[in-house]
Amino acid sequence: MRVLVCVKRVPAPGARIVLNEDRRSIDTALLGFAVSPHEECAVEEGVRIVEQHGGSVTVLTLGPPEAEEQIRAAFAVGVHAGARIEAGPEDPDPVATARAIASAVQGLEGAAGPFDLILFGNESADSGGYQVGIRVAHALGRPIVSGIKAIEIDDGAMTVQRPTPQGAEVYELPLPAAVAVREGINLPRYPTLKTRLSAKKTPIELVTTDAAEGGQRMIELVPPPEDTSSVQILGDGPEAAAAVVDVVEQLVSL
Amino acid sequence: MSAFVFLVEHDRGAIAETTLGGLRAAREVAAAARLDLHAAIPGTSGDALADEVATHGPAGIHLLHHELLDDYGPDAWAAGASQLADSLGATAVAATGTDRGNEVLAHLAAVRDEAMVANCLTVSVGADAWEMTRVRWGGSLHERSSLTGDLKLLTFAPHAREPEPVGAGDASTATFTPTLDAVHATTVVRDRTETAAGVTLATAPVVVSGGRGVGSAEGFAPLEALAARLGGVVGCSRVVTNNGWRPHSDQVGQTGTVVAPDLYIACGISGAVQHWVGMMNAKHVLAINTDAQAPMVTKADWAVVGDLETIVPAILAEIDRRHG
Ligand SMILES: Cc1cc2nc3c(=O)[nH]c(=O)nc-3n(C[C@H](O)[C@H](O)[C@H](O)COP(=O)(O)OP(=O)(O)OC[C@H]3O[C@@H](n4cnc5c(N)ncnc54)[C@H](O)[C@@H]3O)c2cc1C
Ligand SMILES: Nc1ncnc2c1ncn2[C@@H]1O[C@H](COP(=O)(O)O)[C@@H](O)[C@H]1O
Repeated sequence: MRVLVCVKRVPAPGARIVLNEDRRSIDTALLGFAVSPHEECAVEEGVRIVEQHGGSVTVLTLGPPEAEEQIRAAFAVGVHAGARIEAGPEDPDPVATARAIASAVQGLEGAAGPFDLILFGNESADSGGYQVGIRVAHALGRPIVSGIKAIEIDDGAMTVQRPTPQGAEVYELPLPAAVAVREGINLPRYPTLKTRLSAKKTPIELVTTDAAEGGQRMIELVPPPEDTSSVQILGDGPEAAAAVVDVVEQLVSL
Repeated sequence: MSAFVFLVEHDRGAIAETTLGGLRAAREVAAAARLDLHAAIPGTSGDALADEVATHGPAGIHLLHHELLDDYGPDAWAAGASQLADSLGATAVAATGTDRGNEVLAHLAAVRDEAMVANCLTVSVGADAWEMTRVRWGGSLHERSSLTGDLKLLTFAPHAREPEPVGAGDASTATFTPTLDAVHATTVVRDRTETAAGVTLATAPVVVSGGRGVGSAEGFAPLEALAARLGGVVGCSRVVTNNGWRPHSDQVGQTGTVVAPDLYIACGISGAVQHWVGMMNAKHVLAINTDAQAPMVTKADWAVVGDLETIVPAILAEIDRRHG
């Protein structure tokens, strides 16, 4: 099995998101960076599939040079190869992102053979467009289902499950295929010191593309209305229990 | 007048809770854009919804009939909506931004090579470009965007508008049979597993949620007891699921479940934006935290400062003392 996983570097904000003056980006001076938990699980799923069926896992990201940090984090949990599509500090729109990824995949496949499975996150953590994976799959002529929380591969065919409020829907996809997964499909492993060290040495391929833009344009970011509720402190420690039950009694019949 | 198509979402005949709110948003945008609103209902199992949909103001209702539409399939639903849009000369297609709504519109966008804007809160119609505010970061940030294209594709954030019936329901209803083939069949639901119904995290009236401050899987026992006593369920933060203390199905937040209970009790949860967006629509929030400056505390309605390990049992004891 050859598996490809697409991940996107995003800031990891804490309690509040602070905008830069240009109102087109968020202030990351004090923030760490991450990939969406959906994508972390996609990486783990790719590694598990290859552990079970043999083969290799490649991670692909479109982003600035700093995004190699996220590729190295994937190396540290078992990914074999990595590639980065050169991009500036501002995100391309989803159409351009998907075109660039599809073209990079074709390049990687031309060099080393087709990917049997391409994994995406269900949605990116920051922009949440719910579409890049689906666009890439269509461009490559592969089936894709989103929101997946279980994958089983058997003899060239794949069964995937998507949770619903009543249980789960089951889909069967022929390989090669693509799947957009959700956090919860697995519990990602932590890197070890050894894998972290070896991850520093794995080379990362650089890809350049010139994908044309689509029709969506970001104008500016807008903080949502602030929560103005002012907290009422009911007390300190267990002595506050009576005050807690006083308010709970207003809301719940006990 | 040209057409604006809204895709009505249902699961084998059961209407999706947020679809009529999206239909109302579509009605308002269609009116501003001087487009006729048409509702598309995929699959014969949705036929019975036509009467209800009609009272929400579409000019036409189209029952999309094909055996590949009888159960859900993103490719097939997108192809059906796309062909209907062409037959009506539509210039816009929308749905509510649910799992299915976003998925179908993205397939439609990919096939047509058009832009698609997910989870819009407001849309203002211009001569060429439309301008929208949309949800980012699960709701902790909004974005103003513009959208151009011959076929404008978008989804409305769930609950951006609440349903509003508008009278008689004199929409014309017609059957539309799209041409679908094996390609579309690949992603149709093949089978289902059903789990026992009960109070779910998404719909529970009370959620007692625990974070890193709970300390261990065993530490959740008093939270379980409190949730049971209040007729609610247990939720948790991502730190908790990452540590394996609770299953991911209990996680509240941007990449977990979004909840809107009457009462959300946050025990040992700091209140990171990715958690907050999952519970910000709770009617009341009670925070229990050792840190009086934790964002969850300062943004809550009520808070108790201190160790949850002693506070939660004290609350249970007080309930028992008063109510037996
Ligand atoms: C893209 C992305 C998506 C994410 N999605 C989610 C998501 O869906 N859901 C989610 O929850 N997180 C999500 N996160 C993670 C999020 O950023 C936080 O890391 C997480 O919510 C923190 O969990 P916590 O509050 O339990 O832990 P902490 O932030 O460590 O907070 C622990 C709190 O417990 C208090 N405490 C400690 N001991 C006690 C005690 N004995 N009694 C009372 N209080 C005590 C502390 O004062 C502190 O406030 C996401 C992150 C990213 C980057
Ligand atoms: N810049 C990027 N680089 C690599 N993969 C991406 C990028 N943007 C989006 N993706 C992938 O596409 C998925 C859906 O993204 P989106 O359409 O933005 O919600 C993400 O979870 C990633 O797997």
